[in-house]
Amino acid sequence: MKIIYCDALIIGGGLAGLRASVATQKKGLNTIVLSLVPVKRSHSAAAQGGMQASLGNSKMSNGDNEDVHFSDTVKGSDWGCDQEVARMFVHTAPKAIRELSAWGVPWTRVQGGSREAVINAKRTTIVEDKERHGLIMSRDFGGTKKWRTCYTSDATGHTMLFSVANEALKHKVDIRDRKEAISLIHEDQRCYGAIVRDLITGELEAYIAKGTCIATGGYGRIYKQTTNAVICEGMGAAIALETGVATLGNMEAVQFHPTPIVPSGILLTEGCRGDGGILRDVDGHRFMPDYEPEKKELASRDVVSRRMIEHIRNGKGVPSAYGDHIWLDISILGREHIEKNLRDVQEICKVFNGIDPADEGPKGWVPVLPMQHYSMGGIRTKKTGESQKLHGLFSCGEAACWDLHGFNRLGGNSVAETVVSGMIIGNYFADYCLENDLDIKTQTIEASLKKESNKIDKLLALNGKEDIFAIKNTMQLLMDQKVGIFRDGENLSQAVDELQELLKKTNNITVKSKSKAGNPELEEAYRVPKMLKLALCVAKGAEQRTESRGAHYREDFLKRDDKNWLKRTLTHWANEEDILPTITYEELDIIKMEMPPAFRGYGAKGMIIENELSAQRQEEVDDIKEKMDDEGKDRHEIQDALMQFDLPMNYREKNERVGE
Amino acid sequence: MAQQKDVTISVLKFNPRDKESHPKFVEYTLQETPGMTLFIALNKIRQEMDPDLAFDFVCRAGICGSCGMVVNGKPTLACRTLVANYPDRKLQLIPMPAFELIKDLSVNTGKWMDSMSNRVESWIVDNEKEIDITKIEEKMEPKVAEDIFELDRCVECGICVASCGTALMRPNFVGAVGLNRVARFQMDPRDKRTDEDFYDLVGDDDGIFGCMSLLACEDHCPKNLPLQNKIAYMRRKLVSVK
Repeated sequence: MKIIYCDALIIGGGLAGLRASVATQKKGLNTIVLSLVPVKRSHSAAAQGGMQASLGNSKMSNGDNEDVHFSDTVKGSDWGCDQEVARMFVHTAPKAIRELSAWGVPWTRVQGGSREAVINAKRTTIVEDKERHGLIMSRDFGGTKKWRTCYTSDATGHTMLFSVANEALKHKVDIRDRKEAISLIHEDQRCYGAIVRDLITGELEAYIAKGTCIATGGYGRIYKQTTNAVICEGMGAAIALETGVATLGNMEAVQFHPTPIVPSGILLTEGCRGDGGILRDVDGHRFMPDYEPEKKELASRDVVSRRMIEHIRNGKGVPSAYGDHIWLDISILGREHIEKNLRDVQEICKVFNGIDPADEGPKGWVPVLPMQHYSMGGIRTKKTGESQKLHGLFSCGEAACWDLHGFNRLGGNSVAETVVSGMIIGNYFADYCLENDLDIKTQTIEASLKKESNKIDKLLALNGKEDIFAIKNTMQLLMDQKVGIFRDGENLSQAVDELQELLKKTNNITVKSKSKAGNPELEEAYRVPKMLKLALCVAKGAEQRTESRGAHYREDFLKRDDKNWLKRTLTHWANEEDILPTITYEELDIIKMEMPPAFRGYGAKGMIIENELSAQRQEEVDDIKEKMDDEGKDRHEIQDALMQFDLPMNYREKNERVGE
Repeated sequence: MAQQKDVTISVLKFNPRDKESHPKFVEYTLQETPGMTLFIALNKIRQEMDPDLAFDFVCRAGICGSCGMVVNGKPTLACRTLVANYPDRKLQLIPMPAFELIKDLSVNTGKWMDSMSNRVESWIVDNEKEIDITKIEEKMEPKVAEDIFELDRCVECGICVASCGTALMRPNFVGAVGLNRVARFQMDPRDKRTDEDFYDLVGDDDGIFGCMSLLACEDHCPKNLPLQNKIAYMRRKLVSVK
């Protein structure tokens, strides 16, 4: 039996996990990072358009601050997020950008003087302050009041990931790739590490640690049409679920991005629209202003995706061999802009579709269609990032439901969350590892290892008629069709039934090669049942949530129901042999909110079932603001009076800004 | 729509961990679908014909650099390789040389790149200067940021190494990828290393003086990085040291 001991175990080597590893290593903890793939290949690299942080340097972001970022994030979440977490996040994001700058990210900088930009499909001249020349620049993204998204062309995630991964190497973090955590070791509500399969040798190993942090990203691959990398199968969330102790939060909150390219599903960044690109229909007509007169193409993602499908349903889609789609037109931005700021987008369009999006007119239009993009749900945590139920288990980044995003995440807030939560949760996680000793019996470790090794033997011995690849495909198609952008009770209930059937079928497969190493079908055989459990959490949560909020849209319950549904879905897997998750709920307390529920400013109006506490709290908030304003208090003091929040390190200090 | 054709894909299969395994080409024939890439084709083969076939993909969008392999003699990213670009629809795939073979088309680029990153100290060296992240960031000329970004676009896919004559003769050669990283930090004002420091890292035949200027790295680089130009620049810089 191979047992590896460390102080801090981090599962997942994307931006969140790597940033957390720097935090633990810097606090003197012996840290190991496990990753399915070489860490620089993580899906974080695919974040294109940028990272939100309210630096307020450029002309169009002048006047930006934490308050505006907070308000945009809460509205974007459709009031589903944890507002304290949102405050922690917006307050740390500028620090994260500045830290990354010191670590080498070549952020695009403000060029003093005048430049051309396309705003609302018109060429406009913007004059940048000469004194701000050389500070970090930002671009526009959906659902934001200010241009807040900092970027390096459209390869932001890539440059961030390389800087953080190399910073981890610099601090001598022990990074081990091609290692897959297949179960968590736990006893008496405490997590002690994981059983890990070496993806090269097939060997099982036990990693024992004072604390374990899961940062494995989202579960997008339970859908067929997704922008996510092939490794985004939600395995971190699944092994947490399989403890029967840890809970997952808001699994039904799944984001569909408006502009993946058809048919490959590769993402074209929101920066396309942020920089002034527009959506056109079969007649070449720019239709978004008809639906969303104010924000147009730059309403939040959930709203734009639904409007696109709505327009297609109205018969205005562009027919193709792959069904109807919409056109994305960035040619109006001009070749120079595209070749500088949207390079990867241009490359993707050229390589995969043979289209140069810089070509003027219809020739340069690119076929796009909303597809699965982001998992707002994940391992439910406290504000420190620790599981509410399983001590010593932490989670950060997309894998977690910390709950920064509620029912819809804003563009630019995910790559920001990875590093910000890596900083905040990484430090809380480090403190846990410093304060807690290991007190696990070798017997418990042996039993956990034996159990997983038996499971693999059992899978290889199965002799049934089902095919694991076919089961996976069926699940993915079913999720697209019945648990997609538009949902209703009948389809969701069918999905739940069919997913249970598929889960049963996974016991009736045959793995053709009996080899324990280098056997891709064996890997599918143990992953797909885990994916089906996650899919069941999504479908069951969606079936029970009889309202529409953010990305969760029920055609049979069109309104956001603050009276009955201002709560977070918690899912756990009570017994190993169950084929359905157990669902409970966690209330959101309006009276503690800094920003009580209201209209988002985009999307359909009059679609809210009000909670009477919203108006009551709004009145309180207004009174406090007015009174403190009169007393000459500043925005920080007012904010503190409305809702308090804590941060580790020096992250609670104020952020310096030009012009503030 | 174009007429559907048969595609023949021949893969060099070998599992170095299996004593019974010997390198051999295995041929698969499948029907072409519109826009078919090697990502689509290889997954179809695995799902329908050979569940044992090993290969690596992550982003399938040409961004992550996982899927380098040699296609009809040329190292390239498989996810961006369209079957339709091969008129006779015959593709022969072998794993990238110069890297440790894991199985079939899967090679250990991660291990190689980590070692290279440690060797060239592929991070900002600022002599532990403490940065106050609550304060406004240091300014940088926009053009300098752009120039750094240009080189920072490297995804460390390993194609330049697999294309390189020196890398095949000198297993410790840092490759164009490593020299590009050095050039990237050399031009970064945040990095406090001097040319002497860089000379200590790569001033030998496993570094800047090992390159024979055969240019295959630049020819095959999927990100079109100006590798030769940068290597020549670094060589001129470092040859004048000491």
